[in-house]
Amino acid sequence: MDNCEILGTLGRFRQILAALGRQRFRVQLVLAGIAITAARLTLPAPYPNEELLVTSNPIGRYGGRLVAALRSEPKTLNPVTAVDVASLEVIRRMTADLIHINRYTHRTEPALAKTWKVSRDGRHYILHLRRGIRFSDGRPFNADDVVFTFQVLLDEKVHSPQRDLLVVGGEPIAARKIDAYTVEFELPQADAAAERIFDSIAILPRHVLQKVYDEEKMDQAWTPGTPSGEVVGLGPFRLKEYNPGQHIILERNPYYWKADRTGNRLPYLDEIAFLFAGSEDAQFARFQAGELDVVSRLSPDNFSLLERKRQARGYKLYDLGPGFQYEFLFFNLNDMSSKGTEPIVREQEWFRKVEFRQAVSAALDREGIVRLVYQGRGAPLWGHVTPANKMWVDAALPRPPRSLDRARQLLKSVGFSWKDDGTLIDSRGEIVQFSIVTNAGNSQREKTATIIQDDLAKLGMRVHVVPLEFRALTDRVFHTFDYEACLLGLVSGDADPNPEMNVWILGGGTHLWNLSQSRASAQWESEIDGLMRRQLTTLDYHQRKKLYDRVQQLVAEDLPLICLVSPNILVGANENLENFQPANLSDYALWNADQLFFRKASPDQPR
Amino acid sequence: MALADKSASARHASDARPVPFLTPKRQAPTGTGPAQRAGKLWLALIPLAAVHSLVMFAGFFAPEDYAEQDRTLPLAPPSRLHFVDPQGRFHVVPFVYRIVPPPARPGDYLEDQSRVFPIGILVRGTPYRVAGIFTSRRHLFGVEAPAKIFLLGRDEYGRDQLSRLLYGGRVSLFAGLLAAMLSVTTGALLGACAGFYGGWLDGALMRFSELFLALPWLYLLLAVRAFLPLRVSPSEALLLAITIVGLVGWARPARLVRGVVLSARGRNYVLAARGFGASDFYLIRRHVLPETFGVVLTQAALLAPQYILAEVTLSFFGLGVGEPVPSWGNMLSSLLRYYVLSQCWWMLSPGLALIGVSLLYYLLTSLLQERLRIGQL
Repeated sequence: MDNCEILGTLGRFRQILAALGRQRFRVQLVLAGIAITAARLTLPAPYPNEELLVTSNPIGRYGGRLVAALRSEPKTLNPVTAVDVASLEVIRRMTADLIHINRYTHRTEPALAKTWKVSRDGRHYILHLRRGIRFSDGRPFNADDVVFTFQVLLDEKVHSPQRDLLVVGGEPIAARKIDAYTVEFELPQADAAAERIFDSIAILPRHVLQKVYDEEKMDQAWTPGTPSGEVVGLGPFRLKEYNPGQHIILERNPYYWKADRTGNRLPYLDEIAFLFAGSEDAQFARFQAGELDVVSRLSPDNFSLLERKRQARGYKLYDLGPGFQYEFLFFNLNDMSSKGTEPIVREQEWFRKVEFRQAVSAALDREGIVRLVYQGRGAPLWGHVTPANKMWVDAALPRPPRSLDRARQLLKSVGFSWKDDGTLIDSRGEIVQFSIVTNAGNSQREKTATIIQDDLAKLGMRVHVVPLEFRALTDRVFHTFDYEACLLGLVSGDADPNPEMNVWILGGGTHLWNLSQSRASAQWESEIDGLMRRQLTTLDYHQRKKLYDRVQQLVAEDLPLICLVSPNILVGANENLENFQPANLSDYALWNADQLFFRKASPDQPR
Repeated sequence: MALADKSASARHASDARPVPFLTPKRQAPTGTGPAQRAGKLWLALIPLAAVHSLVMFAGFFAPEDYAEQDRTLPLAPPSRLHFVDPQGRFHVVPFVYRIVPPPARPGDYLEDQSRVFPIGILVRGTPYRVAGIFTSRRHLFGVEAPAKIFLLGRDEYGRDQLSRLLYGGRVSLFAGLLAAMLSVTTGALLGACAGFYGGWLDGALMRFSELFLALPWLYLLLAVRAFLPLRVSPSEALLLAITIVGLVGWARPARLVRGVVLSARGRNYVLAARGFGASDFYLIRRHVLPETFGVVLTQAALLAPQYILAEVTLSFFGLGVGEPVPSWGNMLSSLLRYYVLSQCWWMLSPGLALIGVSLLYYLLTSLLQERLRIGQL
């Protein structure tokens, strides 16, 4: 207890110093000095109980503010309810998880849990937590916080989007406290990648949120406007300032539980500022003007513009190759028989023929899409697993080149024929025409759709491209099923197959082509469903890989999704930023924000 | 009223005695006076006719089809015309080289100087239809395959920008003309009725026109589009846009025509004709509508470029004709990408064409107006 008191005092002392120092460099020096002494004392004395995680990154120097950008304002800072990318980007800098997936190696590594054990049947996980570490307000962290977090997430009244991840086979995971620093998790069934579940589940401070939870106000807690002291987490940074319409600024969490090899407590940066810059073009312009230190998800156009001026401007550019996003075309295979005589029911007779989908796939010029839409910065896809996922991609998947002849043969084999002017008609003489919906404003998707239109016109199909506002599009695809074909993309959040479950199992929330019911429309659909469920509980990697390879083969043959392309992850950064290691898994640029530092002090940006 | 009557009767007197207050202008001695310029209606009419026939026979003037993609040449800059080959020989007929994309650097193009491709006149190329009647393969100019000539570069899909500009002009210019005709006709009819009959009909029509003047037509169009089914073919979309834009714009010509009719119906010769027992229809046709002719014509010339712009706006927002059919609006929408805007100047060509056409129309309007002022229409 005494130790806790001392730690608390030291923390406050440091905060006061930080508040006193008006000029940046003074704060830097003072903080650096304290951190070094603190770290020397920390390992081992006089923080005997604090079990810091020692990172292996090159030693950095303290100070500086990193400026990044968000496409939109974060809607919330509440890790329980956040769904939008901007909110998650900020929240992940302020919170920590038990077991973390290293975005660069794609492997799990200890975080708040220093070690863990799995029972032989794969159903019981015992996690040993780090002792003596503290939340960003200086209060200690222990097993109660972990149990509280899982209680909140699993509470159906809270409506957390993360709840789905914690429910395996219809039953939730159970968390039980063994002692102050040991937690046992019980899974309803063995899960091959259970430890990956813990990634990105932000541990909540019970001492702050218990009262809110009891009042059933979890969904209103922690808006961006919440006073900075009240948003508490275990991440490398904590909330400093939120200015609506302008920026959100995070400052160093002085209690962060990582240190480098020489004992310097991380993070190195004083602050991270997220500016709200609407479009990708706006971010690009600000990055080019030197207002941003980091920009992730650049468009291929802007990347090549930056590349031409790289020498003069002082930034580094990274083409990380394809990421985990896959763009695809799919046809509406929902059961529409209730709609009776509407044209969609007739058209579904074409869509349901696997030869029809195969013909479409064979006619599409994937290389052309990569070249025209992505300026060559993308990978053509024939299956849904992108080349970035080296662990799981089925390298033996056939990659048939574009062939209009084969497409015509396939169409002919199921009764399609051509009129004199080249228009495709089905066996009843109906002209084959349908529309492809996609989201308006996404120029890459609109362009891809136009290329597809041209490719299918060569088969005699009349295709209309209909860009729809995103809300209207999701409404059609997820609720009314009032569409014929759709062009969309999905991003896998992890290298493991499990986050893909809801795409491939029957009745899954993202089982896009057939959301209407959990009954399979064809034999291959139930086979994919069965394979995905089996791989979930198979513990051996090689067996799992075999099952998942089969899924990939089925997807490539039966084409519920006609996969097209995976865009490259393109990132730019200030050349003075060190330890910068952008990853092709989501949060791309700032996943290791705690280790980033500026080689030279970055000049103060007037803002 | 007295003055109006006087001038009108003066104008309609069979001798060409000028209206007093116009006299000094008509007798202006300088060669650039309005009377001189007013005689030069052809200054605007001939270039406009040329532009319209260019786009009407787009198939002949365009070297390629508007939808033909060459996926090896996205955003290729305009072909360079050469006269001197690598051996230093001079060619009388300009020639081009074949453009090849280097494999490593997307966006850069090189000329393959191993062979020259002289520009041919009246060459055979992709077939097109003339006025929907017969098919032809003759194009004004072109080069032998595998080379291609693209004087205005190529767009994001590797389509010839010049061909698209011509075909796109067909959509944009004729949409403007048709919409202007529609709205002037509706406006003239309603305005004539309102002005001629007066009373409650006049009041109702004019309040109604005020409503229309205040209507945000872009939002109206968005709303109408939202009610339509997903699959709208390019021609349907175009017709819809023309109809809506044309119908919404009836209010202004209607009010102008009403004013003219209002003054015309009280004139002595009209009253005289009425006295002789002429029917309303006869009066409107014979005496009132001819009076509005100048106003209507000027309005049409004024509205046409505005409606061309309206069509361009709609297509720019994706509400007009859809891909792959070009219009100047959807061609300009590629400029929404910063890369295209900053790097590919040739993609601005529809905008330049639009400026040119609008200026010609405004010239025509001002010439017409001057004629109207001096009463030569």
